[in-house]
Amino acid sequence: MTEEIIIAGFGGQGVLSMGKIMAYSAVMQDMEVSWMPAYGPEMRGGTANVTVIISSERISSPIIRHFDTAIILNQQSLDKFENAIKPGGVLIYDGNGITRHPERKDISVYRVDAAEEAGRMNMSKVFNMIVLGGFIKVRPIIKIENVIKGLKKSLPERYHNLIPLNEKALIRGEEIIREVRLV
Amino acid sequence: MKEATGIKEIIKPENLAYQRTEVLVDNTLSYCPGCGHGTTHRILAELIEELGLQSTTIGVSPVGCSVLLYHYLDVDIQQAAHGRAPAVATAIKRLLPDSFVFTYQGDGDLAAIGTSETIHACNRGENILIIFVNNGIYGMTGGQMAPTTIPGMKSSTSPFGRDVKTMGNPLKMTDIVATLDGTYYVTRQSVHTPANVRRAKKAMRKAIEYQKLNRGTCFVEIVSNCPSGWKMTPVESNKWMEANMFPYYPLGDLKVPSEEKGK
Amino acid sequence: MEKELRLMKGNEAIAEAAIRAGVDGYFGYPITPQSEILEYLMEANPYERTGMVVLQAESEIAAINMVYGGAGCGKKVMTSSSSPGISLKQEGISYIAGAELPCLIVNVVRAGPGLGTIQPAQSDYFQSVKGGGHGDYHLIVLAPASVQDMADFVEVGFDLAFKYRNPVLILSDGAIGQMMEKVYLKPYIPRSTVFPEWATTGKTASRERNIITSLDLDPDGQEDFNHKLQAKYDDIKKNEVRFEEFMCEDAEYILIAYGTSARVCQKSVQIARGQGIRVGLLRPITLFPFPSVRISQLAEKVKGMLSVEMSAGQMVEDVLLAVNGKVPVRHFGRMGGIVTTPDEVVDTLKTLFIGGK
Repeated sequence: MTEEIIIAGFGGQGVLSMGKIMAYSAVMQDMEVSWMPAYGPEMRGGTANVTVIISSERISSPIIRHFDTAIILNQQSLDKFENAIKPGGVLIYDGNGITRHPERKDISVYRVDAAEEAGRMNMSKVFNMIVLGGFIKVRPIIKIENVIKGLKKSLPERYHNLIPLNEKALIRGEEIIREVRLV
Repeated sequence: MKEATGIKEIIKPENLAYQRTEVLVDNTLSYCPGCGHGTTHRILAELIEELGLQSTTIGVSPVGCSVLLYHYLDVDIQQAAHGRAPAVATAIKRLLPDSFVFTYQGDGDLAAIGTSETIHACNRGENILIIFVNNGIYGMTGGQMAPTTIPGMKSSTSPFGRDVKTMGNPLKMTDIVATLDGTYYVTRQSVHTPANVRRAKKAMRKAIEYQKLNRGTCFVEIVSNCPSGWKMTPVESNKWMEANMFPYYPLGDLKVPSEEKGK
Repeated sequence: MEKELRLMKGNEAIAEAAIRAGVDGYFGYPITPQSEILEYLMEANPYERTGMVVLQAESEIAAINMVYGGAGCGKKVMTSSSSPGISLKQEGISYIAGAELPCLIVNVVRAGPGLGTIQPAQSDYFQSVKGGGHGDYHLIVLAPASVQDMADFVEVGFDLAFKYRNPVLILSDGAIGQMMEKVYLKPYIPRSTVFPEWATTGKTASRERNIITSLDLDPDGQEDFNHKLQAKYDDIKKNEVRFEEFMCEDAEYILIAYGTSARVCQKSVQIARGQGIRVGLLRPITLFPFPSVRISQLAEKVKGMLSVEMSAGQMVEDVLLAVNGKVPVRHFGRMGGIVTTPDEVVDTLKTLFIGGK
């Protein structure tokens, strides 16, 4: 099993940290992972993206141009990565601020309106965890319990009081993600 | 008069008036006759012996006339790249904090190519002694203009005299480092007369003692001569130094520790 | 004690591994994409943990000369930088090689020339393996291809550095430096309390003074010293070649790639094999010494070799020397911070060697 994922959005949306939590959860499941950010000044206020590969085998190239799954959080990223998804792959996007919606018919498209939900529930800090919950629902390669386990291991103790809120967000993400179309 | 049998009677330990310190190796100095480096080496060697520091001293020699310092001083020495001695000494002192660490640098090394390393080591207050021998010229490479060459002074690259309009002004590094919070004791001395040698040695002794107390960077400039580079006899060069260098680089303390001020 | 599993960036792994390997001192200066090494070390407070000294120098030049000073004391010291900064260090590295001092230098390569870009590249190969500064000298060059390698090569590097009294370079790149992967960290090794007899630690009555220098004004003496250095490099070539092979047994074509490109090419091999093309990968782990003997052996039984580097073609020259005309050798690589994709490599292999796509 190998899942090649791109997560892309604005800097500050928690793109890199979502990828990191995803990778850490996979480590908890004893899988191989790589987390490769687009680094440099462009991450400041501009677009940010990270490639996460989760695999049951040793990972070859950490840098790839085609993805099984794309998690897209703004219009620029949708424009940039819609065509980088392999045929039969998955696109998950947040509809907030999107004016041109996904057009491809050979991929499965899901929508998770996490920004709106985070605002409604007054938990904008865990916006990215709502998105991650949606991902886990449609691509259950990692389990929520391992995300929590990963958070416990990677977060300093003083932030452990925030874990229940993260769990709530993950579950909410699972609930609100909806399919736009399937292949 | 007694008979000449007496030579053995004269060479007796109790008659000894002056002797080479064991810290100075019995190698022929590569310095030109009349040059101040030899005397400065001797002062340093004597202090290392007098203060019992031979087994804890690590020196750093520069690129320049004193590059071969390690031929003359019987202590562990590292020879640094041009200008980098303060950086080299920084690491030595940080990694071996109980050692006595000094750099010995000329004006081309310290005040031109090594300006950055000098200022930053002083600014960090590295617990080292920087000995800065300033003779206003690049001696080893054949008498070229240094940053410290005084206005109007002739050198092989300022053959008509240093014109400050096109060649810049002499850099007073000692004055600069005295303004930095990291330096503890900054002084300017010379070694061209016995009285000056005594004063220079006293200053250097203080600097070494401050290092033992972890007080910060101590900086001792020795304004010196370069008979060969200046194309003068040793005596002429010393007279010229007094008349021309000292007005530009006046001798004395530039920064005195507060603990000394009341004394 | 068991190894500890962490998820880390390559840069962070080097930093943590350095603390655990009992490194005495790190001297660095910020530059993208390797600043995490200095940042991690400052945050990890190694002085409290092991007594390791970490200092942010005023320049790359000062940092490498601090390494010279520390190494001259027989201490385990290191620095890291990225391409423009490594260029600045070259004078100091030449002095370190000339004074025969052991140390570790890390280059997290970015694309050049000049300020270039901060994206990954492999265009510092010549500088790394041929010398880099002035004079006849070599560094031992290790090329990590994973975060695990970044951690492991710290200890490997210091072992080689002290074994041969020679500077060791870890030649990484921005991708490996910035990438996170699983890494198993070794338990702590205490910092050494014994030092080589040549080190400047203070002259005791029982020994002559120690002098660290690269100067010998007498040409005969300097030539003798150069012969001694060359003999050392011959020993290193004989004893320290490391490489890794992937599906080379039945291969008709061999890809040769190190570091990030080796990871890319591993995938290219899988893709090509899926299309029925028998391709293998030779990944040099040491770039100096270069696995010339093995490449020469492989050249006896394959139809061609493709050297894949993120450069205009530097390592390919060493491949050509090793193959010595036995089979065609070509180069493929992207430049300017663009990482080659596995598909591009397969397409190029087909175009150059098999004909058509």
